[in-house]
Amino acid sequence: MITYLYAVGRDLGTLPDVGSGGVGGGELRLVAEAGLQAVVSDVEREAFEDLDAQQEDLTWLAAVARAHHGVVEAVGREHAIAPLALATVYLDDDRVRSVLRESREGFTAVLDRITGRDEWGVKAYMRPSGASGGSGSAAERPASGAAYLRARRTALREGDAAVTEAERAADEVDAALAAIAIESRRHPPQDRSLTGRTERMVLNGAYLVDRASAEDLRALVDRLAEGTRLDLELTGPWVPYSFAGGGA
Amino acid sequence: MTVEHRETSLFGDREVALVDLLDRLLAGGVVLTGDLTISLAGVDLVRVSLRALITSISPAEPTVPLAVPSERVGDG
Repeated sequence: MITYLYAVGRDLGTLPDVGSGGVGGGELRLVAEAGLQAVVSDVEREAFEDLDAQQEDLTWLAAVARAHHGVVEAVGREHAIAPLALATVYLDDDRVRSVLRESREGFTAVLDRITGRDEWGVKAYMRPSGASGGSGSAAERPASGAAYLRARRTALREGDAAVTEAERAADEVDAALAAIAIESRRHPPQDRSLTGRTERMVLNGAYLVDRASAEDLRALVDRLAEGTRLDLELTGPWVPYSFAGGGA
Repeated sequence: MTVEHRETSLFGDREVALVDLLDRLLAGGVVLTGDLTISLAGVDLVRVSLRALITSISPAEPTVPLAVPSERVGDG
């Protein structure tokens, strides 16, 4: 067995009940050192030794991701915690203790930054260009190959312009949200095949917001949605995964 | 204009979309060097391949909810 590290906090006290346990169903426990506590559980070493192979098993990856998230969220509901990157494992608890000692300042900086704050996600999608009318009806069928090519070229140009315009609008939405956030970050827009939506995603933003400002954020998103041609989607609150990086 | 709002289970009990979760899990979190060297270099591949996973799990499957019930908080 090796030790899987989920998150690090201060004054975590007792662990909340996480019904399904940790990754692989392991029981959660705390490893304390240097004024910090690490939330850990035992996992089978074999499962993590050849992770490249495991990654191809997406069902396994999804199960680890969900278990990791389940733990981070259950603990994060009650305490400020710095979540670790997915699948951070150590040979034993002593190694975790030494990591807590070595990275104490980094963890402290991350915890200071995220305490009392939540992450919110705002995604923006281009709206389908409903105004441009249907295609393929007999009446619109071009009379010649040249006419077809001309029409196609125009359509592509208009499409490009629409994307450029949507990206500009997304930048504005992002800037407005960033203005009330402590920090902001843009994840790459998700591919259409993953979102299951036909509309192109033009913003996949993450915003670290004071808990006291959560209502302001919601109101701002509503207001922005009124003033833009993009469809906005708000997710959250999240444990501040996107703002815990680069710290320790 | 519409805003869809998906609650994560931090203060509600709704499931989060796996793809949103992986954005954060794969690009966020404190990065430490673990004892077993784990390369997440294949991340982009994983993202793209996720479609296979997402479609392979029926939306009716209750134990692995990937679709998030969405709540409209604004309409216009």
